[in-house]
Amino acid sequence: MAKITKADVEYVAGLAQLTLDEATKEKLVGEMGDILAYMDKLNELNTDGIEPTMHVLEMSNVFREDEVQPSLDREAALANAPKTDGEYFLVPKILDTGDE
Amino acid sequence: MKYEPVIGMEVHVELSTKSKVFCGCSTNFHAPANSNVCPVCLGMPGVLPVINKRAVEMSVMVGLALNCTISRWSKMDRKNYFYPDLAKNYQISQYDLPLCHDGFIDIKANGTSKRIGITRAHLEEDTARNTHTIGGGDSGVDFNRCGVTLLEIVTEPDIRGAEEAFAYLTELKQLLRYLDVSDCNMEEGSLRAEANISIRPTGTESFGTKTEVKNVASFSGIQKAIEFEIARQAKLIDEGGKVVQETRGWDADRGITFSQRAKESAHDYRYFPDPDLVPIVVDEAWEGRIRESLPELPQARRARFESGYGLSAYDAGVLTAEKEMADYYEAVVKQGCAPKQAANWLSVELQALLTEHKQELTASKVTADRLAAMLKLIEDGTISGKIAKEVLLDMFESGKEPKAIVEEKNLVQISDTSAIESAAREVIAANPGPVAEFRSGKEKTFGFLVGQLMKATKGKANPQMANEVLRKVLKETE
Repeated sequence: MAKITKADVEYVAGLAQLTLDEATKEKLVGEMGDILAYMDKLNELNTDGIEPTMHVLEMSNVFREDEVQPSLDREAALANAPKTDGEYFLVPKILDTGDE
Repeated sequence: MKYEPVIGMEVHVELSTKSKVFCGCSTNFHAPANSNVCPVCLGMPGVLPVINKRAVEMSVMVGLALNCTISRWSKMDRKNYFYPDLAKNYQISQYDLPLCHDGFIDIKANGTSKRIGITRAHLEEDTARNTHTIGGGDSGVDFNRCGVTLLEIVTEPDIRGAEEAFAYLTELKQLLRYLDVSDCNMEEGSLRAEANISIRPTGTESFGTKTEVKNVASFSGIQKAIEFEIARQAKLIDEGGKVVQETRGWDADRGITFSQRAKESAHDYRYFPDPDLVPIVVDEAWEGRIRESLPELPQARRARFESGYGLSAYDAGVLTAEKEMADYYEAVVKQGCAPKQAANWLSVELQALLTEHKQELTASKVTADRLAAMLKLIEDGTISGKIAKEVLLDMFESGKEPKAIVEEKNLVQISDTSAIESAAREVIAANPGPVAEFRSGKEKTFGFLVGQLMKATKGKANPQMANEVLRKVLKETE
């Protein structure tokens, strides 16, 4: 049973902003399908009465106090920017759709 | 056709933690661009975010004030999307297990009380600010805001009109200000509201297609945007068209909403638990401690002002609208001043001066102690209410004690009958015409004569005595 179609691969590639050639798409149809098939295998297990694992770490409540620590110098912060005017990170003009 | 609007609101509020939610960078809004940044909030690889405890506590405070259930166990998730406002290509947020859920807030709109359901309030990080005014066709990104503590508060689709939406926002802002968890400054973006709006034929149950209106700079702007959007959707449907699910912006100058982006096939954010951050457990003991730390909330205070001080619902509402005003008022009343008189002098007279001079109450030279001292001078008859206005203005400008002003300017009220009597005789002698008119039955002229008497005593005559004495002398000299 085909778990993954080429359209699925193209959709996921689109979300990740990746451009894939045809051969890679075909390859991924197989690989992603295998991963989902393995999930089916896991689904065969009886998990009645078992708490869902919401997080892999056993720890909880690791906090820091609300204290201000030194920040980077602006020069250092901008050092690796592909483009900057010394104040801002410069990026190709974006349409402000204000995502969040 | 008749339609009923169905509205849900999403409010993003920046919580006023001193440092960011996952790193120690300052949250100072006025810092130069990209100066409050570090490898964590810049999204560098290999860094480890650690959650700010105060951010959790403030979120729980808001949740409790909104009558929410506080999750015993919650976690942070990654919301994945590509946009220059987030360098790591995901926002740390909460997906299926928000810190606070299933609450409500009561609002007053159109003269009636109404309960608005709160679906959830979850903790997340704010994003960087994009600047489009940079020359050369580029956009600038400032990461100072990235990582600032953000709480997103989502309502049920319980709101039925622009006025209710306005009332909800006003009530919510007041609550947040009382909790002292945010300055709620819309201009600086520390409170941002979005409305999901749809309409349906009145009396039906199913929902219509919604549009999302965002990027509105004021509560009144949101009210207008919602009004516009309801009318636009109704016209569209009446003319046989269909509402398209999309994000719409608000053009305040033209008073219209406009399409910003079609929401094709809803966003696919592929949320998953953030492996860098461990779960948050708020047990009963911690929740209890936070609950005990809550201040008296606006609705409780309003009710207490009405019952405890005998104020009208209107006065209680005005005095409790801002926490600072309510605190000031109580400081005055505590000194033994009559509650109604104090309410009037504060919310009318002093407020008028503050508004005129664009001054904050807390910055005024008229402190609660000084206003109380002045009210006492009125109550014990030292000055009249009219003179008190002059004293108030002097205090407002000079910051002097009211008693000193009264002595300096010789404003003590004349309550000495003989002094008022002789002034009354002078007024009668000087105004034979009006006096004759009054005696021929023109009662209105009496007011003019009282005015003359007050003028002759430079406003210092005890007004009630002035009335009585003038009538008496008029009769005697008839």
